[in-house]
Amino acid sequence: MSGIAEPFSEGSSLAHRLDPRGKIVVAALFATLIAVAQSLAAVLGGLTLAVLWLFLAWLPWRQVLGKLLAVNSFIFFLWLVLPFSYPGDPLFTVGPLTATKQGIWFSALITLKSNAIIIGLIALIATVPVVTLGQSLHSLKLPPKLCHLLLFTYRYLYVFEEEYQRLRTAMKMRGFRPRTNMHTYRAFAYLAAMLLVRSADRAERVFQAMLCRGFRGVFYSLRTFSWQRRDGVFLAGSLLALAAILLTEWRLPRLV
Amino acid sequence: MHISEGVLSPAVLAGGAALAVVGTAIGLKKMDYEAIPRVAILSAAFFVATLIHVPVGPVGAHLVLNGLMGLLLGWVAVPAILVALFLQALLFQFGGLTVLGVNTVIMAAPAVIAYYLFRPLLRQPGTIAAVGAFACGFTAILLSGLFMAAALVFTGEAFWPAAQLALAAHLPVMIIEGLVTLFIYQYFRKTQPALLAKLYA
Repeated sequence: MSGIAEPFSEGSSLAHRLDPRGKIVVAALFATLIAVAQSLAAVLGGLTLAVLWLFLAWLPWRQVLGKLLAVNSFIFFLWLVLPFSYPGDPLFTVGPLTATKQGIWFSALITLKSNAIIIGLIALIATVPVVTLGQSLHSLKLPPKLCHLLLFTYRYLYVFEEEYQRLRTAMKMRGFRPRTNMHTYRAFAYLAAMLLVRSADRAERVFQAMLCRGFRGVFYSLRTFSWQRRDGVFLAGSLLALAAILLTEWRLPRLV
Repeated sequence: MHISEGVLSPAVLAGGAALAVVGTAIGLKKMDYEAIPRVAILSAAFFVATLIHVPVGPVGAHLVLNGLMGLLLGWVAVPAILVALFLQALLFQFGGLTVLGVNTVIMAAPAVIAYYLFRPLLRQPGTIAAVGAFACGFTAILLSGLFMAAALVFTGEAFWPAAQLALAAHLPVMIIEGLVTLFIYQYFRKTQPALLAKLYA
């Protein structure tokens, strides 16, 4: 029923069992490197590495493909425009528009980059439950307030999603059908306002309850991370692969 | 709509990240430890409000409400929006890690601007406040569209048409956000004036 889900976070594969801190560091380096890369060779190397990680995570293929298709909507939008607006040698024309060879290349490069990063993040980050992720970010020295905000926001997402579904059901039972008119916008505005009002009430109650239990702005986590040999191997291997990609990028600048 | 990974140039990514870090630092500084549960619960409600799809003629748009978020939270809206976008990247894989800074600036800078521009108007009675509420929602989306277009254009000249299309796509959303922000404001004023207390602070 819930629209919010973490389909990839549970599992017993090697990628799931690795220490989340190592995975976060590797994923951040990888995403930055590929986002900055300009050469086809480096991007293809990154894509290969990401797919290797995806094998380590052994996720349901259909779901991963479905995610990728949905995520590529912005890329699809760029394909409608970029091949025609990028200066270069004309390749073919559609009506008044001329597609260029360089434009197609550039769009293809962006598509590969985008998907390499997303696959890498699905394999390394989506395999960490959000709560664990918040704790790992905390132990990686991100501002504690930010980590607490993340954990708390996540905690209440599901509560309000359910609340929202209840309100939607109530509207449906009263014969509400969304259309392009003022009544619809007003109804949706009141729906959002109701969510916010209830959230404010709940926030007060939660805050008072936390004060009663001695909350002083710090969460004490019972979880400890243990760095094992496989984490060292994963980190070393990944860093080597990233160095190789960096070297490729540096040696073969701008194929496109 | 969020810009996805791998599109923007390194300079734009770095600039967006730097601005987002500064904004987040200011926001965190203004947020006491004690305020965390309140901010988080409000930000969760905003996250869920973005799941509301509103029909606009043949297509749909989803609510953003970053103007309203700015009104209610001020600078604290920056870390709240950062967290919401991070969760969206995690749960839906929309947006991403390297573009998180840019996307945060696109959403949160208009929120902070709306806070300073429209807070004085909303203190006024009646019609002026209503106009202010509409303008707040309207302007926040307009600015978001402009910032997104700027991020694309600064990446490369070839992105001009894409930037124009992206901005055009924001136009109908602007009007809807203006209306929805207005109605939400009126609802608060009628039923929960306490929620708007921050406006008068």
